[in-house]
Amino acid sequence: MDQLIIADRSFKSRLMVGTGKFASNEAMVAAMEGSGSEIVTVALRRVDVDNPRDSMLEHIDPARYLLLPNTSGARDAEEAIRLARIARAAGCDPWVKLEVTPDPYYLLPDPIETLKAAEVLVKEGFIVLPYINADPVLAKHLQEAGTATVMPLGAPIGTNKGVRTRDNIAIIIEQANVPVVVDAGLGAPSHAAEAMEMGADAVLVNTALAVARDPGAMGAAFKKGVEAGREAYLAGLGKQQDKAQASSPLTGFLRK
Amino acid sequence: MDIIFNGKPRELKAGTSIQELLDQLRLDCLQVVVEHNQNIIPRQRLAETVLEDGDVLEVIHFVGGG
Repeated sequence: MDQLIIADRSFKSRLMVGTGKFASNEAMVAAMEGSGSEIVTVALRRVDVDNPRDSMLEHIDPARYLLLPNTSGARDAEEAIRLARIARAAGCDPWVKLEVTPDPYYLLPDPIETLKAAEVLVKEGFIVLPYINADPVLAKHLQEAGTATVMPLGAPIGTNKGVRTRDNIAIIIEQANVPVVVDAGLGAPSHAAEAMEMGADAVLVNTALAVARDPGAMGAAFKKGVEAGREAYLAGLGKQQDKAQASSPLTGFLRK
Repeated sequence: MDIIFNGKPRELKAGTSIQELLDQLRLDCLQVVVEHNQNIIPRQRLAETVLEDGDVLEVIHFVGGG
């Protein structure tokens, strides 16, 4: 498959995976390995000194995976910027999945605060991958602010509903100069394939893998979906039509 | 003296440095990031930064996330 290039860094895989909600670190690693992913997201939280657990980072090989810290939990630009700086202080590459979700019910991203935070973080030298609603105008503003990608949602986080924002994502793909990563809501390999067939540059999946009976096998299934979708996009899909177009020659011998 | 540690009050001996507190809590400074009164403290300054009454400390680490 052709390579994905984000901020001058190239990746063989076009499938990014999240590390949340897995039943165990072993299940998380199985999903990462099955998926063939090279970019994995992580979150930042307070240390719980009353319930110490082993660090999940020990299970992620930094030579194999680019760690992409997110700013989940941030409700405004200020909190997101604070989280991004903390991630960088932890020694990560200055990549950040910018996520500002003030509403805990639908977890929809705040466009105004996301743009504000992106402007600051780009100036501070961060490689910013903003999670957004599938809004083509916002995607343009973010791209002009210097973000490395745009990450429109297919459906709200964790809903497994697929590419419900299809028409707007198509406009974003048509207009973008930066990679378009469809993030959130993809519940099945067919959803990932659909996004890739449309010309998305990559997808990000978490819940679908974490809740699978076999996360490793589901990771592998998504890998195939992403590859099939990308290859079909590059091969060139036929246009949809209303009238039937015969696949077999119509000149017959059965009737005059 | 009392500080606010990850949102909760915590009593400490006067003159405790951040590094000493991390050691008491068995936290590896390579695994966490420390914010002291909203300023990020680089690892090499954890030992020299002494806590004072009323300080607000956030000790953050990576967890799974999407």
